[in-house]
Amino acid sequence: MTQKQKARQPSSKTLPKASTGIQGLDEITGGGLPNGRPTLVSGGAGSGKTLFGLEFLVRGATQYNEPGVFMSFEETIPDLTQNAASLGFDLDRLVAEKKLFLDHVHISRSEIAETGEYDLDGLFIRIADAVQRVGARRIVLDTIEALFGEMPNPGILRAEIRRLFDWLKQKKLTTVITAERDRPDKLTRHGIEEFVSDCVIVLDHRIREEISTRRLRVVKYRGSTHGTNEYPFLIDEHGISVLPISSLGLDHAASAIRVSTGIDRLDGMMGGKGFYQGSSILLSGTSGTGKTSVAAHFVDAACRRGERCLYFAFEESPRQVVRNMRSIGIDLEPWVRKGLLQFHAARPTYGGIEEVLLVTHKHISSFQPSIVVVDPITNLLMVSTLNEVRSMLTRLVDFLKTKEITAIFTSLTAAGGSLEASEADVSSLMDTWLLLKAIEVGGERNRALYVLKSRGMEHSNQIREFVLTNDGLRMLDVYLGPEGVLTGSARVSQEMREKAVVTFRQQEQETRRRELERKRQIFEARMTMLRAEFEVEEETIQQSISESKLLAEEVLQDRGQMVRSREADTSAYKKVGGTPAARKR
Amino acid sequence: MKKSTKKTRSAGKRKPISPGEMERPGSHSLEVKYVLRLYINGSTLKSTLAVENIKQVCEQHLNGRYDLEIIDICLQANLARDEQIVAVPTLIKRLPRPLRRLIGDLSDQNKVLFGLDLKIRE
Repeated sequence: MTQKQKARQPSSKTLPKASTGIQGLDEITGGGLPNGRPTLVSGGAGSGKTLFGLEFLVRGATQYNEPGVFMSFEETIPDLTQNAASLGFDLDRLVAEKKLFLDHVHISRSEIAETGEYDLDGLFIRIADAVQRVGARRIVLDTIEALFGEMPNPGILRAEIRRLFDWLKQKKLTTVITAERDRPDKLTRHGIEEFVSDCVIVLDHRIREEISTRRLRVVKYRGSTHGTNEYPFLIDEHGISVLPISSLGLDHAASAIRVSTGIDRLDGMMGGKGFYQGSSILLSGTSGTGKTSVAAHFVDAACRRGERCLYFAFEESPRQVVRNMRSIGIDLEPWVRKGLLQFHAARPTYGGIEEVLLVTHKHISSFQPSIVVVDPITNLLMVSTLNEVRSMLTRLVDFLKTKEITAIFTSLTAAGGSLEASEADVSSLMDTWLLLKAIEVGGERNRALYVLKSRGMEHSNQIREFVLTNDGLRMLDVYLGPEGVLTGSARVSQEMREKAVVTFRQQEQETRRRELERKRQIFEARMTMLRAEFEVEEETIQQSISESKLLAEEVLQDRGQMVRSREADTSAYKKVGGTPAARKR
Repeated sequence: MKKSTKKTRSAGKRKPISPGEMERPGSHSLEVKYVLRLYINGSTLKSTLAVENIKQVCEQHLNGRYDLEIIDICLQANLARDEQIVAVPTLIKRLPRPLRRLIGDLSDQNKVLFGLDLKIRE
């Protein structure tokens, strides 16, 4: 434990970093640019190098109390100031506050003739003076390679640039050197990357299918781990924001709280409780299967609980969604008026994919919803590739999870394609996947829904039919036929058949019950008769017994009289009575 | 025509340009007056060489019709900024027109003379 800490500390000491303050970049680079060392920022024309440099200085001056110097070899100071203003930076104020020094270096080749040995002391003196004036800790050279076009002797220039970089390192200035990249196989036009061995960042501005996307990649960062992916970034009125693909890692809390889907029987399919709070749910299906309706139910239920919902409609206008949902008995308008539900509708075609991501981020950060609906994510594929959408969604899902926001993403599956395969790329990001499908049987098209997966909870494996009624989505009973789930008319006829069977059974039971009753009556009647007969018999027997008893007594009496009269031996008589029994044995 | 043998003078003072000088740009005529500024960095070898070289050229070719100012940017970085000095030494020929910059220690006299329009390329 202590050894680990010891081991870690020197590494952080050997490579101190200077925070750029550029949103997301510090996360990719693990803290910023190498402090006191030069960093090369290379990119094609219009890739945002100058703005990168400007923001690096402005953030340094305003957020980290590190004044900066901007040496511009291309743009004039008024141009720079104006460009910076478009990012919301007031350079004039920073210059007046002596937190920033701007210098424009310009010479025209046509005026120059070489007459002997020279060096770039003029430039050095200007830089040294500027650094001293504001006490700079940071410096940007944008784009020093422009000198190659202006100075006649590249040999001298290279030597001098090397000397300049050595000087900057010696002065421990955190330096950003921008360079133009005109060919994909080279970082810089004149190979100055050989002087900058610490950190190289490449900016890229691609236009594909008329949609522009900006990207940033840390090509090299000596002595430091860094993200190696290409990260899309944006330049807008708040500066540059790089959105790292998974900057947040996988350490978000997992809530055990469940939220209702707004559809009772759907809750029932998921352990009776609905989705996990903060989970991401994919609703996929072909067109017209009711994806938006399911989402609307969820939104409606959340708003009823007083939770805030953010709805990104990429296909329909908010009014259209509200109107359509009203037709199934969900009125979203009161929630909009109450401020619980906010719609953001835009076709993602404008601005490209990271624009969408950034706008989404911004709205979520400002509205603080507990539920977010993105309807549909498929539209993003129109402006980007599957990979980009996947990476964008990963980042969005991560972001939402850290905020414990439950998110529903609807996804349109192309008809004819395999329902499950086409979404496989994004589905792994999702915790719960509801698949909506149309079942076509017997000239009908019926809607059905099933839970394809739902992490961490029991869930039904049944395909359930549902109908969209005036009163919302209603899940129907399950009827399994010989070929699977029965839907529509087939279900209705099955329902009828089942009803008939039940009636028949009931009738049959009734008959049996009556039969039994009758039997019982017969039995009881018989019992009564038998008892009566028995009683009669018993009476007769009793009578005969008592009669014979009487008779016997009379006989004894008679005999006694006779004995007494004859004076016979009574014991002899008794003996005669016992012998026959003995003989029998 | 006012003759000047002054080799250095303080910065900021500007000689008025007469129309005759303006009309003959690029001329190596003996009539034209030269306004030259040499930017150096302290007493480095290159700077010292450059000062010696320009003085020699002026004496030989511009006797009495030049105004040379030597500016040490080591102490006045702002002047370097104002004149867009990058390389040192830099000689700026303000007049006659066109403006021209000669960088280097001015040891290649042929090039210096071409640059100052004192010699026509053969």
